[in-house]
Amino acid sequence: MSLLGALDMLLQGVLTGGLYALFAIGLSLMFGVMRLVNIAHGDVIVLGAFLGIAVSAGAGVGLLPVFLLVVPAMFALGYVLQRGVLNATLGRGILPPLLVSFGVSIMIENILLELFSADARSLKAGGLETQSISLGAGLAVGLLPMLTFSAALLCTVALEYLFRRTPLGRAFRAASDDLEAVQLQGIDHRKVFALATAVAFAVVAVAGICLALRTTVTPSDGPGYLLYSFEAVIIGGLGSFWGTFIGALILGVAQAAGFHWDPGWGVLVGHLAFLSVLLVRPRGLFPRTRD
Amino acid sequence: MPYEIHRSTRTSRIGVPLTILGTAVLGSLPWWADSSTLRLFVEFACMLAYAQMWNLLAGYAGLVSVGQQAYFGIGGYALFGLAETAHVPPFLCVPLSGLIAALIAVPTSRVVFRLHGGYFAIGTWVVAEVFRLAIANVSVVGGGSGTSLTVMGDIARSTREWTTYWLALALAAGSIALLYGLLRSRFGLALFAIRDNERAAASQGVDIGSTKLRIYLVTAFGCGVAGALYFLMNLRISPDAAFGVNWTAYAIFIVVIGGIGSIEGPIVGAVIFFALRETLADFGTGYLIVLGALAVVTMLRFPQGLWGWLADRFDLNVFPVRRRISKSD
Repeated sequence: MSLLGALDMLLQGVLTGGLYALFAIGLSLMFGVMRLVNIAHGDVIVLGAFLGIAVSAGAGVGLLPVFLLVVPAMFALGYVLQRGVLNATLGRGILPPLLVSFGVSIMIENILLELFSADARSLKAGGLETQSISLGAGLAVGLLPMLTFSAALLCTVALEYLFRRTPLGRAFRAASDDLEAVQLQGIDHRKVFALATAVAFAVVAVAGICLALRTTVTPSDGPGYLLYSFEAVIIGGLGSFWGTFIGALILGVAQAAGFHWDPGWGVLVGHLAFLSVLLVRPRGLFPRTRD
Repeated sequence: MPYEIHRSTRTSRIGVPLTILGTAVLGSLPWWADSSTLRLFVEFACMLAYAQMWNLLAGYAGLVSVGQQAYFGIGGYALFGLAETAHVPPFLCVPLSGLIAALIAVPTSRVVFRLHGGYFAIGTWVVAEVFRLAIANVSVVGGGSGTSLTVMGDIARSTREWTTYWLALALAAGSIALLYGLLRSRFGLALFAIRDNERAAASQGVDIGSTKLRIYLVTAFGCGVAGALYFLMNLRISPDAAFGVNWTAYAIFIVVIGGIGSIEGPIVGAVIFFALRETLADFGTGYLIVLGALAVVTMLRFPQGLWGWLADRFDLNVFPVRRRISKSD
């Protein structure tokens, strides 16, 4: 492979990694605050994508209104799901949250199948998806992947800021460190948890719309995206959004390398990269908290 | 006042002979039932055994895996490999495939045991996906589109159906007997201790790591046998069918709805699962939505499942594994 070819592969991998970072941030956030592993995460990404597609097709509006409608809707859904269902599973061992989110995952997937059929769909953005920026020397990057990457970067910075510098972030961190102490301080942890899931779902909505702009989605794609998100979080190490971001880039590059080698091996090489990190650095590359 | 410790209960004294009688009646099924019933039972037995293995992992060893389909698929593919290329008699391949699954579980456990709790669950799923994608790239077994079991064509249809059926019956009875025997042994006592409090169990000298590892290997064997038998009946295998997460999804429904952490629960759950499937399958996705909702509601409101609730209410205990203390007469 030529140097230029390698550079191109690296670039495309990093840009795909940007999308995976958007996928993974929500999972990282929910685990960080509540130690909740949401098995429905991938299906929630797909739900976001289909909401975007439905709003765009139904209202016939441009991209900005799609974001303005879907992101708050997913924020509200996250709040309600956490408040109404997932909160009841916490503090009773590892089984209830896993199994309930698994049930939710099956429900979302099949409700989407019922509503949208198994057809692959995507979101049209009036030519945005085909535009690219030339970097010279024969290298070019798609405008949409660049925007997705920027969105991931922005979300990571914003969440780091939210966690480190705001009262809500303080409550998130406190709930993560010591739930009982938080309750003693008069903080309603159920509300804090609901807000954490709401924020996670808002980021997932952005991720879902970016996904639908970039490629086609079907209702049964969720599990694949759950695994990518999970791998990014574990490669990066728990408790750090920057770790998750870097983990997602590593996963993206590994998959790009795999696809370059043989189209049948792309996703597999990504999984193998994840397992290798797990063997060498069980706690990930940049761990901040313990599970 | 004198007390005594005993394990058998009123229901278990009727239950165990009843189970043996039931197994004997089921054993005669090929003489009076049609082949579609036999096929349905084979499927039932495979799902029941698979669900019992998941129950043993999640309900007793505290290992919640969403990746046991890895061993189900490996069992199936091992059977096809042994029977088609090594020309081992197909029926003999069934237990051998289980052994191969357990063998592959040894290195796999080294990786997934680095993860805990929910992360273990998804990590095992990644491993199952690795096997699915890797097999999809092996052209000898038909790659992504799969392959057929042609050697079964040499065996007379009735021999084929009957032997598969009896193997399935042995699998179903064997999985129950395995749990019953295991949980009543010293090893079972260690498992109960781990389930109730891992740290306290460790302080009593229970080797947590090796106990969990052994359970993981035993269940890999069980899932492998279930997969081998299922695809022996199916005569066709593909990576998506063999390593699909839906196997584990069904097992979770069966165990959760029936009652996790009991031997009777998954039996009840499997009966409910198949009854629902046979009556509601025409609704397609609607049926799966109902199943998902049912699992969520059961987990939130009746975490002990249907059997757990019945057992508490009517003091039922067909396969008692715990000791009880009571006043002697």
